[in-house]
Amino acid sequence: MATTSSRFLGRAMVSPAVVLLFIWMIVPLAMTIYYSFLNYNLLMPGMQEFIGWLNYEYFLTDPAFLESFYNTLLLVCGVLAITIIGGTAIAVLLDQAIVGRNIVRILVLAPFFVMPTVSALVWKNMFMNPVNGLFAHLFTFFGFEAYDFLSQAPLASIILIVSWQWLPFAALILLTAIQSLDQEQLEAAELDGAGPMARFFLIVVPHLSRAITAVILIETIFLLSVFAEILVTTNGGPGYASTNITYLIYSQSLLDFDVGAGSAGGIIAVILANIVAIFLMRMIGKNLEK
Amino acid sequence: MGNITLKQVTKNFDGHEVIQPLDLSIENGEFVVFVGPSGCGKSTMLRMIAGLEDVSSGKIEIDGQDATETPPAKRGLAMVFQSYALYPHMSVRNNIAFPLKRTKMDAALIKDKVEKVAETLNLAAYLDRRPGQLSGGQRQRVAIGRAIVREPSAFLFDEPLSNLDAALRVNMRLEISQLHKDLKTTMIYVTHDQVEAMTMADKIVVFNAGNIEQVGSPMALYRHPVNKFVAGFIGSPKMNFIDIEETVEGQPVTCMGVRPEHLVLSDTAGTWKGKVGVLEHLGSDTFLHVDIPGVKLTVRADGNCPYEYGDEVYVSPIPNQVHYFDSIGNAVCNESIARTTASVSSISKTADS
Repeated sequence: MATTSSRFLGRAMVSPAVVLLFIWMIVPLAMTIYYSFLNYNLLMPGMQEFIGWLNYEYFLTDPAFLESFYNTLLLVCGVLAITIIGGTAIAVLLDQAIVGRNIVRILVLAPFFVMPTVSALVWKNMFMNPVNGLFAHLFTFFGFEAYDFLSQAPLASIILIVSWQWLPFAALILLTAIQSLDQEQLEAAELDGAGPMARFFLIVVPHLSRAITAVILIETIFLLSVFAEILVTTNGGPGYASTNITYLIYSQSLLDFDVGAGSAGGIIAVILANIVAIFLMRMIGKNLEK
Repeated sequence: MGNITLKQVTKNFDGHEVIQPLDLSIENGEFVVFVGPSGCGKSTMLRMIAGLEDVSSGKIEIDGQDATETPPAKRGLAMVFQSYALYPHMSVRNNIAFPLKRTKMDAALIKDKVEKVAETLNLAAYLDRRPGQLSGGQRQRVAIGRAIVREPSAFLFDEPLSNLDAALRVNMRLEISQLHKDLKTTMIYVTHDQVEAMTMADKIVVFNAGNIEQVGSPMALYRHPVNKFVAGFIGSPKMNFIDIEETVEGQPVTCMGVRPEHLVLSDTAGTWKGKVGVLEHLGSDTFLHVDIPGVKLTVRADGNCPYEYGDEVYVSPIPNQVHYFDSIGNAVCNESIARTTASVSSISKTADS
């Protein structure tokens, strides 16, 4: 790309892709913004009228909004905490030379390939069901009363299901990071008098910090939009106990048929996601500079 | 204190014996160099002394105490690794302080010690940098600093200079030698470079295929190699080997060895007549590769050597500087080389034919 002509040619060559991507992104965004200023209810088609910021006011003052915002944060942070701590533990275990290590690795990876609706259904019906579920059997076997996970602790149950799906991803990324650690550093630390715990926290964990930031970034993007697991298991209930912002937008636009309020919620979600993204990018930028 | 004694130490990897039963004693304050080709077991031996590898059988004693089962941190040894093994996320200061912090030492005392070590190693200006911001030589010095600060009973060096460029290697070689003179602590140094071994060691241990071939001072190994392997390994350029069929001191001899510096060139007469091949001018010396029938000889000559490529030249060994080896490579009558004078003339006949 040295000469003017080759630079121009390069730009001309990529322009179709860039233009297509730009339209792909800008048209839905513009339409969502447009709808968010309309009184647009699917039950009354053809009666759209401009109502200014009313949809935003309605969405933000809805008590469900604060609760689902809080739920979204809990869901993202909870899953991140479980997958990173658990993923590091699994990665450390998988790094050991054990018999059948390759098979264990494939087994650990398997949940990542199960689609969200399926894994949520499996958890709902086979594990968490208060009558037939495995957990119910275990509880009664030990003399406890069966626990109805999805109605007693709906958000925690969803965090558990989503964590199970994302644990392999975190474990895999962290495993490759652990394997890139120079063994001589660990040996040097051992000679310097660092015990196993000190070696782990002073050498291994700092080495993993880059990989952990990458995991946080990628997972956050997907966890902000968790939807299928909620739809399949609790439908956001009881009440709004397991509704996150994504699910709230869905229920506004497709259960209450209020496209205007749903669009306003969508725009608010975009803004929130961007705030999160700015923080994350700063954190990662700092971590990657090292 | 830093006496280390190895008694019948062996090492097996998956039933494959990499170290054969081996005895060695290292005295307090000695600079011992383990030297040998790659894969000869010298690094494994060092790691066994450090406690990073298990001993398959035998005993390691440190200061008279059996340390075979002692965990590495309790052996009081400090190691400098080939890759330096610095902690990349810590500043130089924290790298050097790391072993002290593990002993729960007082923070002010740690600071003092770290700064003193940094002073002696010329690292004072870099204490707040990360290892990634340092040059190779500086990293090497940080690694040495981290070892010194513990005041260990012995230092272990695992090929510490092999990642440095040639000029820096010579400097660091001097610095490590100077350090040994200052600290008077036992040092065990592993290298595959015989120049490092010759220049630094009080005692050289030559390893080959999991065996100790010979132990001795650099000059003893140079003058009296016990076998062909040691003879060829110690000394640069390599010793010339010439196949002969002879009887020396009543013993059959199949090979004669003579170092390049013990060959003399002449225009008119000598033991072998040959043609000068490639010349390597080093300024102070010239290495000539002389083709004589059947063998190529390397000859070390003066820097002002008058010969040129293709010249005819006579080469003769200095009579009492010739080594003889029997059919399995062991040196024959290597104690008194002077006795070889008589047989030189007969060798020339076999070489000419």
